[in-house]
Amino acid sequence: MAQGEYIELHRKRYGVRMDTHERQRKRNAREARRRAAQARNLTGIKAKLFNKQRFKEKAAMKKAINQHFENDKQSSRPRDDSVQDGALPAYLLDREQQARSKVLSNTLKQKRKEKGGKWDVPLPKVRAIAEDEMFKVIKTGKRQKKQWKRMVTKVTYVGEAFTRKAPKYERFIRPMGLRFKKAHVTHPELKTTFCLGIIGVKKNPSSAMFTQLGVITRGTIIEVNVSELGLVTNSGKVVWGKYAQVTNNPENDGCINAVLCV
Amino acid sequence: MESEKCTGATTTLIQLQSAEGQKAGGVLDVPLHSTPKQLTELLNHLLENEEPLPYAFFLRPSRTEINTSLEDALSTSSQTRETVAQIEYTPQSLFRVRPLTRCTASLPGHKEAVLVATFSPDATLIATGSGDTTVRLWSSHGQMPEATLEGHRDWVLALAFSPDAAKLASASKDGSVRVWDMTTKTGKALSSHRKWVTDLCWQPFHLDERCTLLVSSSKDSTLRIWNTANSTCAKLLAGHTAAVTTVVWSGEGVIYSASQDRTIKVWDPTTGLPTRSINAHGHWVNSMTLSTDYILKCGAFPALDEELGYAPKKMTMQEARQRYDDAKRKSTGGKERMVSGSDDFTLMLWEDIWRKEGNTKPITRMTGHQQLVNCVAFSPNGMYIASASFDKSVRLWDGTTGRFCYTFRGHVGAVYRLVWSADGRLLMSASKDSTCKVWDMRTRKLKMDLPGHSDEVYTVDWSTDGRRAVSAGKDKMVKIWHH
Repeated sequence: MAQGEYIELHRKRYGVRMDTHERQRKRNAREARRRAAQARNLTGIKAKLFNKQRFKEKAAMKKAINQHFENDKQSSRPRDDSVQDGALPAYLLDREQQARSKVLSNTLKQKRKEKGGKWDVPLPKVRAIAEDEMFKVIKTGKRQKKQWKRMVTKVTYVGEAFTRKAPKYERFIRPMGLRFKKAHVTHPELKTTFCLGIIGVKKNPSSAMFTQLGVITRGTIIEVNVSELGLVTNSGKVVWGKYAQVTNNPENDGCINAVLCV
Repeated sequence: MESEKCTGATTTLIQLQSAEGQKAGGVLDVPLHSTPKQLTELLNHLLENEEPLPYAFFLRPSRTEINTSLEDALSTSSQTRETVAQIEYTPQSLFRVRPLTRCTASLPGHKEAVLVATFSPDATLIATGSGDTTVRLWSSHGQMPEATLEGHRDWVLALAFSPDAAKLASASKDGSVRVWDMTTKTGKALSSHRKWVTDLCWQPFHLDERCTLLVSSSKDSTLRIWNTANSTCAKLLAGHTAAVTTVVWSGEGVIYSASQDRTIKVWDPTTGLPTRSINAHGHWVNSMTLSTDYILKCGAFPALDEELGYAPKKMTMQEARQRYDDAKRKSTGGKERMVSGSDDFTLMLWEDIWRKEGNTKPITRMTGHQQLVNCVAFSPNGMYIASASFDKSVRLWDGTTGRFCYTFRGHVGAVYRLVWSADGRLLMSASKDSTCKVWDMRTRKLKMDLPGHSDEVYTVDWSTDGRRAVSAGKDKMVKIWHH
């Protein structure tokens, strides 16, 4: 028998004091005051531990309260006007809607029409990148005094068919380690992210030359391959390429995150 | 059709006969390069028709259709030319439905996706049911809104006009069924199913002139027969163990129901008891149609009558019975065929399963689809079966043998719904890819692409007189298509 259970055993055998419950109630009532006094008076490592514990308790409590609040809201909602959105015909009602999030809904197009602006990009302003940040000068020649060669220090997209020029003529080097073929593209309305192939760099806002080189920095518009999402145009053709804007700094993160422009 | 000029090697012996086996003329020696047009001419002469009628020709045992010439058909069916070729002829509709080419009206009004649209049997009204809980009526000729019928509390999932076009039944996702009077545009609620209603079907006109009985199938795995005269539930048909997907009230006076428990059941509406249960499919049965579907859809209005032409005049029950029997005899030799499409990617063709002593085996099991079959449709003359599948294709099958004929490819999304034109020469399909497409049966090609919807098309219907079609879907628009 564990040592601490003698108390329980004693209680089982002899019962409890007549005023136990009253004492317990009083102790519980005093508990808040005791905790407050403790919080005021503790110092040093003891205070730190105490506060951490207290913070955890409070967070859990808040969560529980919010949960109850949500439950109340849902149960008290009148049943009559609970007509769901996204009506489906009877033959689709029992079907799994796993492909659902992949379909571009009509509402998106309407919203785009209402907004008016054609290029309403997620990141309207991006920091311009100067050439000396973008390129590293490479010294060549026997005496290392020729300085016409540049190495791109940012992430690039290089097309499938690209072959490097001979070293004598290659002015810009795009390092293999910084070449990317895929991007993580988020559909802003469906809140889902897909890993899609890059088709090309549409525009790098810093400079037309960067666009030509296929440099991908924050704010760059890239074209991605959305054929597997099953988007369809009005005339019933499959949409192949769509534009997306890069939202992170790929050279720092090692991946490209982008938002689809719809 | 004199064959004196032809040498022996370029002619063949044929015997023409009807679907019932009636022989027309004796054995004839005809040139091998005879086209269906020439055969039609010959047949009209043999049958002594005052006016030339159009016919379609098939080689007898293999049922190969003669499309280009006799020679081609003989070579594809690998028949020897020594024997007499048995050629079956089936009369084609005298009327030609002109193919749809343009959208004449886009009718806004619904605030949510339109889930179901249907023409009234007399083709004067279009009813649409939507996710905004309303049923709207549109005039078919004027292409204007007629009325908004409010009363349902949830998405309207099914609509059915009574065969005399005087009543409209609608059912919604909360399980309620309502019957609307088309003259006063008021509705009466019938008590409800416990879960949503999947399909509605009225008793055929030639069985009851007053159109009182209506059957509804539901997700709660029961069917109910409603008496709309006093708004009561006449019978509760229980027996399925999973959701019932489709219900058809056959012209033979029985009810067929297909269910997700993989069975097709035959019910006797007078007793409310199942007379047969057929367990052949390997997965949910999604769709089911009869070879007499078009006649039943026409109800009391013989929109395209072979003799009378377009006649919006209401028939009597006897006339309807006559017409039903005629149509059945002409198309399938007096037997009722039924085709069912399932989630196991196959279709099955049945014959006369309403007879208690009838065969429990299907005529054929039609395989070929790579995804579930969502909709099947018999052509009005019973010659073809079309099936729409989620594998983006529409397949065409022979209506008698169930032999595979052709695959129509062109949709880039799942095909949801199919409808035949009244003459059986054109087929319209509605798809997830936001288009409708019209397919030509003779050339086996895409006749017309009908873009215009900006989202999935959920429903499509072609009026029984063939003049216009309606489609509607997720973009909340109702579109009317015209030739």
